[in-house]
Amino acid sequence: MSARRLPAGGGEIDRAQPIDFTFDGRPVSGFHGDTIASALLASGVGIVGRSLKYHRPRGVWGAGVEEPNAIVEVAGGARSAINVRATMELARQGMSVRSVNASPTAMNDRKAFIDRFARFIPAGFYNKTFMWPEWRLFEPRVRAMAGLGVADPAWTPALRADQINHACDLLVVGAGPAGLAAALHASSAGLKTVLVDNGARPGGSLRHRAGSIDAMPAARWVEATMAALRLKDCLILPSTTAFGLYDHNLAGLAQRHDDGRPDTLWRVRARHIVIAAGAIERPLPFANNDLPGVMSADAALVYLQRYGVVAGARIVVATNNDSAREAAGALAEAGAAVAIVDSRRDHGGGAAFDVRPGRTIAAAHGRNAVERVTLDDGAVLAADCVLVSGGWTPTLHLFCQARGKLAWSEALAAFIPANPVPGVSVAGAAAGTVSLGDALASGTEAARALRAGQAPAPRSTGNENTLAILPAWPKSLAKGRIWIDYQSDVTAKDVELAARENFVSVEHLKRYTTLGMALDQGKTSNLNGLALLADVTGRPIAEVGTTSYRPPFTPTPFATLAGLRGGELMAPVRRLPLETAHRRGRAVFQEYGGWLRPAYYGAGPAAESIRDEARRARQSVALFDASTLGKIEVIGPQAAEFVDFVYYNTMSTLKAGRCRYGFMLSESGVVFDDGVLARLDENRFVVSCSSSHVSAVHARLEEWRQDRFDRKRLFIHNATADLATLTVSGPNAKTLLEALALGLDLDDSVLPHMAIGRGAFEGADIRVARVSFTGDRSYEASIAADKADRLWARLIEAGKAFDAVVIGLEALMILRAEKGYIVIGKDTDGATLPHDLGVAGPRDRRSTEYVGRRSLFTEEAMRGDRKQLVGLIVPEGEPPLATGSHGVERQGGEMRSIGFVTSSYDSPALGRPIALALIERGATRHGETIEIRHMGATRRATISPPCAFDPQGSRLDA
Amino acid sequence: MQLFPCPFCGLRDETEFHYGGEAATPRPDGADAPAEAWANYLYMRANPKGATREIWVHVTCGEFFEMARDTVTHVVAESSALGAAERGR
Repeated sequence: MSARRLPAGGGEIDRAQPIDFTFDGRPVSGFHGDTIASALLASGVGIVGRSLKYHRPRGVWGAGVEEPNAIVEVAGGARSAINVRATMELARQGMSVRSVNASPTAMNDRKAFIDRFARFIPAGFYNKTFMWPEWRLFEPRVRAMAGLGVADPAWTPALRADQINHACDLLVVGAGPAGLAAALHASSAGLKTVLVDNGARPGGSLRHRAGSIDAMPAARWVEATMAALRLKDCLILPSTTAFGLYDHNLAGLAQRHDDGRPDTLWRVRARHIVIAAGAIERPLPFANNDLPGVMSADAALVYLQRYGVVAGARIVVATNNDSAREAAGALAEAGAAVAIVDSRRDHGGGAAFDVRPGRTIAAAHGRNAVERVTLDDGAVLAADCVLVSGGWTPTLHLFCQARGKLAWSEALAAFIPANPVPGVSVAGAAAGTVSLGDALASGTEAARALRAGQAPAPRSTGNENTLAILPAWPKSLAKGRIWIDYQSDVTAKDVELAARENFVSVEHLKRYTTLGMALDQGKTSNLNGLALLADVTGRPIAEVGTTSYRPPFTPTPFATLAGLRGGELMAPVRRLPLETAHRRGRAVFQEYGGWLRPAYYGAGPAAESIRDEARRARQSVALFDASTLGKIEVIGPQAAEFVDFVYYNTMSTLKAGRCRYGFMLSESGVVFDDGVLARLDENRFVVSCSSSHVSAVHARLEEWRQDRFDRKRLFIHNATADLATLTVSGPNAKTLLEALALGLDLDDSVLPHMAIGRGAFEGADIRVARVSFTGDRSYEASIAADKADRLWARLIEAGKAFDAVVIGLEALMILRAEKGYIVIGKDTDGATLPHDLGVAGPRDRRSTEYVGRRSLFTEEAMRGDRKQLVGLIVPEGEPPLATGSHGVERQGGEMRSIGFVTSSYDSPALGRPIALALIERGATRHGETIEIRHMGATRRATISPPCAFDPQGSRLDA
Repeated sequence: MQLFPCPFCGLRDETEFHYGGEAATPRPDGADAPAEAWANYLYMRANPKGATREIWVHVTCGEFFEMARDTVTHVVAESSALGAAERGR
């Protein structure tokens, strides 16, 4: 191939600004405005990549979004990216471009020998051959041989992609003649319009094809129209791909910037969308039609008119329609020797060329580039470039994503939109128009869907395009290797093989041969592939149909879609008001149920620090930040009735100033949450629920309130974030709290266990509840979150006199497990009913309705062999059991699980391991020794009551 | 992404909503409710292809409401606040 830059011409390059970059290490030069592809062509680089499977040399095929071959990796400069299309990426000074699937270079690829074995490796070869003994043994080697691009796992975006939400009346996709006409019409009528185009410059085919609109040359009309659009505040987004159309007219747009900014993701909600995405030229089927130098005729016209690059010196134009004539004429004018091979018998006109009517190319020949072609009549033509046009495939991806159906058009030899889709119109070549006049009219018509007035459409005032296509589909049993899909390396023989093996559904064909997969998703290949399948299976093309179109239209970087949602912001943790104080206290933080909380304190080893905190907590007094505990207020005249309904336990009998522990069940009867309910006064309760469950409990309370109660007489308020809760626990808890003089009587006769009182701390209200999750005398002091720092500091200060210890959540877990206090979701699972935990009273005695009630009386709920909460004791001197170990039972050599360990710790207070477990019929088996299995090893443990420490509860009042 | 009409806030992105189940699944009260009625309430759903009435909650305002929509076309017919009929009395 001997493409070269002409001394003049090329509307998009600035010859005053030369650019130097490297391709596979070799210096390449171009001009500002060049794409990588146009610069490579201009520099005479013929081989730009290697094919996916056979490592065949490949050259530039197209000039746009459909490019199957020129896939490159870009490093350096403002933008680093893998698998970008050289036809879409602008060339920049100093950039380093590398080919993909080639080593060391696309020109000299070590694995090029693979192509010589091509006939032994048809579709499905690897998967069929390497099934035995196991695919995964071979997979790494096979993957290394094929594929496009290499992802760098260490890569992180320097900056996060911006994401913008936008709403408009009309979104126009594609700034060709139809799209410009639509945008102009809507903008002029005062509608809020967005115009997006894939390319860096608007105009579409008007940038390289001849035409005259409203008596202006096409290029001038584009400039005039753009100026008018800007004046009307139309939002114009160049270098922007509309990659997906989603429910209710939401479009996803990815905008690329070449100034170093990361991509921008636009989410545009439009009342109406006009799809004017144009059409893509198809290859023609002949042997070796993938040789470098074989190129889309329209692309060659683009390179000539926009970049001043002539694609070859001796050019054969092969076509089955009228559209390639313009390229042939322009290239001949630019000095190339041009011959036309036209499959239509009656199109021999145009004496300027050597025209072969009624002829097709049978094969192309050449080693690393096309050197000559053989026609079907045996004639041989020398050529360094073959331009082909097999017809046009309307770009209807977005239309199909919007659930549009397609219909086969014989006249166009293509699928076109069949049914209208509400809120979406298709215009221009995407809708099957051929002439410029029709494109302009259809664009205007599409915009009228929004009642945008009756202003006339721009008029085409030059010669009109025609098509007159004679289909040239690939046929079965043709000679030679005819490429259907360049990118996925699928030949006609692969399609025929698939059909022989009965993969006759087009979706199966795709999966079996990989036709239409990978980066280009078959934009140039799909129709030829399914036409061949139709031929092989004797069906019309319309019946074979197309594969589903799914977003994205072109590869969209994950970083663009993710935007700011990465790292810590992916799922932000909730933070304690006292986090800074805890950090000063050298807390080691961990995430627990969405909250970042101190696990333990100090720089020592974790296990020892935790054990030490748990030990000291029982000796004098422990301080603990329990701010994450739920504090959901239930307020109103219906509050008592309401808490009775949502709790398993009767709560309405609670006196003001008292607390009661209870369960909330799901409607399946399963224990959903546990916690303490405090009654502040007649019509005001505070639900204290598990830290990680607050929003779920709140949502449930709201749902029942709105579903079953009078929303004017009952209110739910989630005050969790308003208040911090600090726990003082241990034998000296009361004495320590008295030292703070909180203005409330802490005497046990006034504030006994399970009572709540109010006081004040430094002018702020404080609520002190005497509840315990440690088994020791315990006070939970709740205060406005912004006052918590002072209270915490005072507690620590006053605690010095009592050798107070600050404990993290891990130590608290040990203390509660010693007491057999459960954590919902840890010591229970999705089948645990309240009576499995030993709380059967409400079920047996309550006569009023409550959530989950009926489910406690089913056959399943009343089974005798339910798993019940127990403690486990291991033989003396043995280490703790592994959490998750199974209790097992042997019956005639068969081992069967009878439950599992839910919590297991080494208890410093007892000087031995403790464990909680759910074991079948466990409540009736105290004292029984069972086998515990874990990772193949068997141990023994004795079932005990869940509470291992202070079973009388005397420490609550100690 | 779909747009749902909250009866209180108007059209909002679907990410602001949570599904609350099919509408018109009345709860049989009582410990002695027939097992079949209770099982129907708990587990049996029509899961229709086409027109359906559902309960949704607009998480950002906290209101539950009923919405009529089509599971195939995703066209939303209407939405109304829970208990709107009773409040109208």
